[in-house]
This record gives sequence, structure tokens and C-alpha cells, in this order.
Amino acid sequence: MLDNNEPKLILNDRRSRLDIKGNLGEYLQRFGIIIALFLMCAFLSITSPHFLTVSNLANVLLQSSINAILALGVTFVIITGGIDLSLGSVLALAGVVMGVILQNYGSIIIAIVAALIVGALCGYINGLFITRLNLPPFIATLGMMSIARGLALVITKGYPISGLPEPIRFIGAGKILGISTPIVIVALLFIICHIILTQTKLGRYNYAIGGNEEAAKLSGVNVNKCKVILYTITGLFSGIAGIVLAARVNSALAIAGMGYELDAIAAAVIGGVSQAGGEGSVAGTILGAIVMGVLRNGLNLLDVSTYWQQVVIGLVLVCAVSLDQLKRR
Amino acid sequence: MEYILEMKNISKQFPGVKALNNVNLNIKKGEVHVLVGENGAGKSTLMKILNGVYSKDSGEIVFKGKQIQIRNPREAQEAGISIIYQELNLIPKLSVAENIFLGREPLKKNGLIDWKMVYKETEVLLKKLEIDLDPRTKINKLGIAQQQMIEIAKALSFKSDIIVMDEPTSALTDKEINKLFAVIRQLKESGVAIIYISHRLEEIKQIGDRLTVLRDGNYIGTYEVKDIDIDTIIQLMVGRKVDEKYPKETAEISDIVLEVRNLNNAKLKNISFRLKKGEILGLAGLMGAGRTELARAIFGVDPINSGDIYINGIKKNISSPLDAIKNGIGLLPEDRRTQGLIQKMNVLENITLPNLNSFVDRIFINKKREINKSIEFIEQVNIRTPSPLAKVRFLSGGNQQKVVLAKWLCANVEIIIFDEPTRGIDVGAKVEIYKLICNMAKRGKAILLISSELPEVLGMCDRILVMHEGEITGELSRQEATQEKILSYATGRNKNVG
Ligand SMILES: Nc1ncnc2c1ncn2[C@@H]1O[C@H](COP(=O)(O)OP(=O)(O)OP(=O)(O)O)[C@@H](O)[C@H]1O
Ligand SMILES: [Mg+2]
Repeated sequence: MLDNNEPKLILNDRRSRLDIKGNLGEYLQRFGIIIALFLMCAFLSITSPHFLTVSNLANVLLQSSINAILALGVTFVIITGGIDLSLGSVLALAGVVMGVILQNYGSIIIAIVAALIVGALCGYINGLFITRLNLPPFIATLGMMSIARGLALVITKGYPISGLPEPIRFIGAGKILGISTPIVIVALLFIICHIILTQTKLGRYNYAIGGNEEAAKLSGVNVNKCKVILYTITGLFSGIAGIVLAARVNSALAIAGMGYELDAIAAAVIGGVSQAGGEGSVAGTILGAIVMGVLRNGLNLLDVSTYWQQVVIGLVLVCAVSLDQLKRR
Repeated sequence: MEYILEMKNISKQFPGVKALNNVNLNIKKGEVHVLVGENGAGKSTLMKILNGVYSKDSGEIVFKGKQIQIRNPREAQEAGISIIYQELNLIPKLSVAENIFLGREPLKKNGLIDWKMVYKETEVLLKKLEIDLDPRTKINKLGIAQQQMIEIAKALSFKSDIIVMDEPTSALTDKEINKLFAVIRQLKESGVAIIYISHRLEEIKQIGDRLTVLRDGNYIGTYEVKDIDIDTIIQLMVGRKVDEKYPKETAEISDIVLEVRNLNNAKLKNISFRLKKGEILGLAGLMGAGRTELARAIFGVDPINSGDIYINGIKKNISSPLDAIKNGIGLLPEDRRTQGLIQKMNVLENITLPNLNSFVDRIFINKKREINKSIEFIEQVNIRTPSPLAKVRFLSGGNQQKVVLAKWLCANVEIIIFDEPTRGIDVGAKVEIYKLICNMAKRGKAILLISSELPEVLGMCDRILVMHEGEITGELSRQEATQEKILSYATGRNKNVG
């Protein structure tokens, strides 16, 4: 051991290096994806004259917004080391509930609140399945995927509910200070998520549970309660996505959002949220969603068929995750 | 003289830490070479370089007269170097046999795994080490000591010229250590060289032939064990004299804070005892005597079938660690890796986790307060870390243990249960930790100290309870306690509790 004065000195020195040092690894991880994004954009602006226009870029963000909302939500449960496969179905159920209420009662506020509650409730039930019945998240949410989709079909009997009132349409197609409302919503949600994850107890516990559930429990973390809250948040975000999507396409469909959960999970994973749990950030998730948006947009501009787009996106996902694995060595 | 292995001028830099600086290590055929140094001195790093886990920045490795490059553990194994890591690496959900033969399962002619062979070979290995276990037992059913023995069995199953043992005995009982030493002597006879790392310095004399000392990543020297005494070794390691080994100060012992009455569960039989403010109560016993189980029952991890727990005279219902912490009880668990720490989080986040509430202003965590507080504890326990924001997994084993300690110091609980607190901690730091524990007692905390090191229990405790097969079989005051008395209760030969 050192003599008495020395440790202090070292630590003072440490204090000054704190902020840079600790996060360096994380920044690097983020840089990787930023560089990839930059290269993609550079390539696309050379090959297509339409890519680097304000209207196209705004379009990319708008088209990424639903995926971004779902991905933000699912980030919480991926960090716990879990997964949520019910995102797309819950989105549809929430949208449909909103549609039905609008159609029959016309109260916009009640319709929106009901959609949010339905989303949160589905997430809450996922949480209960996982913590009370001890189901693996994969199975619990696979069940919810089917349940929510089924309910949405039951409620609408399969018919679309279209022609939503003007204020609702604003959520999907309006602009605030010249920026599309969905983009504003994503930005707000991003800030909220970022604050929850980095500044609150819930966020800290989220990482602790994903990092080592046993140790978290032994440190006095109420693991089950936290998990239920986190799955509820994820459900709530699916509800929000359901409202925005219905508003954008001006109709609530029971078959909306099929397969969206996979895109959302892909966005989070491309953004560096570890499937093993305990690591990741919403900044990464948002970047992941944008990468996927740019990719889709670029492939469209280059006239690549939607079938091939699937192939490319799958490849990108695999590459992103394996790069991540390599970095860990 | 012929060396089977020469590591010359090895250097290794990690972000913010020079882990090794021109270190040398020469190993002779058939010797037990002890590697000593404080926590974070670079012992494990040097071994991981030898094993190809880390790449060296500079220096060379000569093995059997040829300069070699080892790029990964597999190459090391094929060359004839195998290692038992400090942090156990078994797969919890696989059986003992599956773990031992993982990645090199013998095949039948038809290409399928020859399970019969796997189990038979495992049985032979276990018998050699006198481990009484079914090869089909799942690893997660085993205690940490048993897991350690399985790691040793696994290393033996490779036909190696050099076996590295990184703190193999930190979790073992005397009986198991003796078995291990017998095996080491056998291996020596057959010409295998052992590189042996341990913080139990008394073992050096028992088993070592030569020793190399590292300090702060620097090479201090290599010595014949028979020419050097323990005090000199300590001085070489620490760079100064270490004063008294057990700096015991008796605190004022007053009111009863914890009382356990007739506690029963699957592993415990009728446990009753009292713990007072300012008291350090030792809990001694052999491995498997139920000490850890008792700690877990009090802390609300394992369920209780019957019996009551009173805190400050009031009966409490503790059914989770959260309840326990709310009632002012803390538990430093025996296995830091799976229970004590969250490896993916940084030092600061680990330290503040049990007491996060006190760092929250309204709903936000006050990071500044967190940093200041954690630096305070890093200094107090002397954790070697480049920053409070460094991930725990990059710290040396002993420094990780110190983080767990800091965590429970920071939790500010009134009753604290230490389960093997000094496991894997170097001599100098041990004394610091003993001082900390005494200080806590002086500040009126009540301490339950579980330890398998009898000198530690004898040196530190005001009173000692001894357990055997889930029961308390004896109680001894500091004055009357001796190793012999403790052992006679611990083996169940004697009982003095009515
Ligand atoms: N992967 C890593 N990344 C960054 N720093 C590391 C890494 N591994 C080890 N270190 C640092 O290198 C130094 C030496 O660590 P090492 O594990 O070799 O110590 P040790 O001598 O084995 O100590 P102990 O007795 O506590 O096990 C420590 O300061 C440690 O924090
Ligand atoms: Mg070590």
C-alpha cells in the first residue's frame, strides 16, 4: 500500500479524468455506428441525386418514427436481458381501441388515453407473466403477441376503421414549427428515456438487473417490481406507436404493425444494446433506427426490390452484432 | 540451468494502468514456483499473457528452448500449458463431466459423443482428487469450494507440462488444501511444473520451491523458498513492514441489536443467538456447516420454516434482501462474481447500489454526490482502479473483493454479515480491512463474521459461535477460544449449547 498522501493525489488526478475515461468505450461503440451511417449517407448522396435533399431526409426521419418509438420502448426490456415480441400486436390493439372509441363516442382525449392504457396494460401483463408465472420473456411475450393481435381482430371483426378526426390526424401528419409531429414525439420520448436510464433509480436498477440479477437482488433491488414497471413502459410505448401509426395512415387496422417487433429489436441491437442485458443506451437505439431508415430509403432510391431489402437489412443486423462481438475481445 | 519456460521483459499496458513493466519469470521443470504480490500487482495478467488471453506489448516467451507466440488459450493448451483461473469458469447448467470435457468430448466411431467414456474418465479424475461427487451433478448445485476442486480436476485432465494455479485455495478448507497439495507433489514427481499464486503466504513454505515477487507491475526478484522468511517476503511485496496482523481493538459492547430465536429451515436446525452493538461475533465451522445458509436466511434470501428474528427487540418479518436492508442488515456474500458484483457496471455504480436512495434528490440521482462518496470509499478501502467509472470486470480479483466491501460500508447498515470478507485479499490490505471492521464496531455497528480461517476468527472476534451440520454446537468467548476447541465443536465431537 502507498503511504498516506499518495492515494489522495492519484484520486484527484482520477477525478479530473473521470468523464472522459469511463465513457470512452461506449463512445467508441457509438462512433462505429455513426461512421457506418456517415458512409452510407455519403454513398447514397453520390449515387442518387434525390437522397441529400431536405425533403427526403425529413422523409427518412418520418418513416423511421414508428420503428424508433417501438425501439425506444423495447430498449428497456432488452437491457434487463429480456425481450418483447408483442410490440407490433400491442401497437395494433392500441390503435384499434382508439379507433373504436373515436367511431362510437367521438371523444379524442378518452380515445387516446384508452389506447395508452391498453398498451401499458399489455406490458404490465407481460411483466406479470414473467415475474409471477416465471415464464421466460420470449414465451410470455410470444403469447401476448398472439393475444393482442387476436383481440384487435375480435374488436374490429377484421374491418378497418378509417376516417379519423382532424386533431388525431395532426398527430400523424401535422407539423410543429415546421417539423412533422411524429418526429417531435420521437425526440421528446428519446429525451425522457435517456433521462430515465441515466438519471433515475429505475434506470440504474434496469442495468443492474440485466448485468446480474442475483447480485441486484442481494443489493436490495426489488427485481420483480422493476421488471413489471419496465415491461409496462415498453407496452406504453407500443401504445403510443399505435396512436401515431393510426393517425399517419388515417385508419386503425387490426393487422397493423405485423413484424414491427423484429425491426424494433433490430434497431436496438444495431445501436449496441446488448442482447445479454446490462448494456446499451437509447442514443444507440435511435441511431440504430435511423440506420435502418436510411438503409430502407436508400434501397428504395436505388430501386432495389422490397424482397432484396429484407435480405440487406438482415445482413446489416448480423454484421453489426458480430462487429460488436469482435470489439469485446 | 535448464528452464522449461522463460518469460522475459514482459510489459502490458491497459487503459490507465501499466499492469506489467519488464517482468521476468523463469520456471524449472518439476518445480512449484510461487508468484506473489499485492492485489493488482499483475500476477493474473502475467498468467493470462502466458495463456494467450491477453497479448503482450513487449517481451518474449521461450518455452522448451523455443521462442513461441501464444495467441489464444487453445494454443497454450496444445503447447502444454494449462491454467486454473482465479475467477471460476464453469458452465452452471452443465454437469461436472460435461464441464471437464467441454470442447474435447471423446467421440464414438459413429461420430456421436461417447458419454460412457466421459463419465468414466471423470470418475477416475474425481477419485484421484478424492472428490466425492457424481459426475452427473450440475455445477449450479455445487458450492464454491467444490467448483474450485472441479476446476482443478479439469486442469489435471489435460496432459500439461506447466499448470498455472491462480489462487486455487482461496475457497478451500484445510482438508481440501491437503488433498490439493498431495496432488501437486505427485505432479512434481512426474516432472510437471506448477506456477502457484496465493495470498495465503504460509502455503509458500509448505509447497513452494522458488518464488517470484511482483510489486505494482514491476519485477522485484526470484528467490529460493528455503532461503527466505515470510516477513521478508511481505516486505518485498508491500515495500514496507506490515504491522500487527490482527489489529484488534475492543469496542464498547452494549444493547442487543439482533436476536435469532429457534430458526429452522431446510439447512438449519434450531438456531438461536444474540448479537450486540459494537460486537464482532465470529461464525466458525467447516465447509458446508451451514454458516452461509444462516447468513442467507437472516438476510431474507432463503426461506425460513419457523423461528423469529428480532431487531432492536422488535420482531421482524424479513422475506427479501430489500426487507433486510430496510431493517439495517447488510450481507457481503461469499462469491463476489455471481452474488457480490455486477461486472458490467462500474465501481461507483456497484458501491452505491444498495444505498441508492440516499443519492436521489427527488427523482434524480445526484451524480456529484455519488462520485464524491465513492471516491471516499475507494480511498478508505484502497481500491486500485484508474477511476470510479472503470468497469468492475477490469479490476484485479482482490480489488473486486474490496469493491464489495466498500459497497456494504457505503450501505450504512447497523448489522453487517461478512461472509469470508478477506478471501483473495493480500496481506497488507487484509490488515486494512481488519482495521475497518474494528472501526465499524467502534462506531456501534454489530458484526457477524463468517470465516474459514481460524486465525482470523480468533484474532478478530469478541465471541465465537461454531456450527456443525446446520446447528450451533458451541459458543466460545475470545479468552477461552483456541483452534482445538473450535475444531472439536466444528467436527461435532463436542457440544456445549443447551
Ligand atoms: N482487462 C483489463 N482492462 C484494464 N485493466 C486491467 C485488465 N485486467 C487487469 N487490469 C489491471 O491490471 C492490474 C493488474 O491486475 P491483475 O489482475 O494482474 O492483478 P493480480 O496481481 O492478479 O491481483 P489479485 O491478487 O487481486 O488477483 C490491475 O490494476 C487491474 O486493474
Ligand atoms: Mg489475480
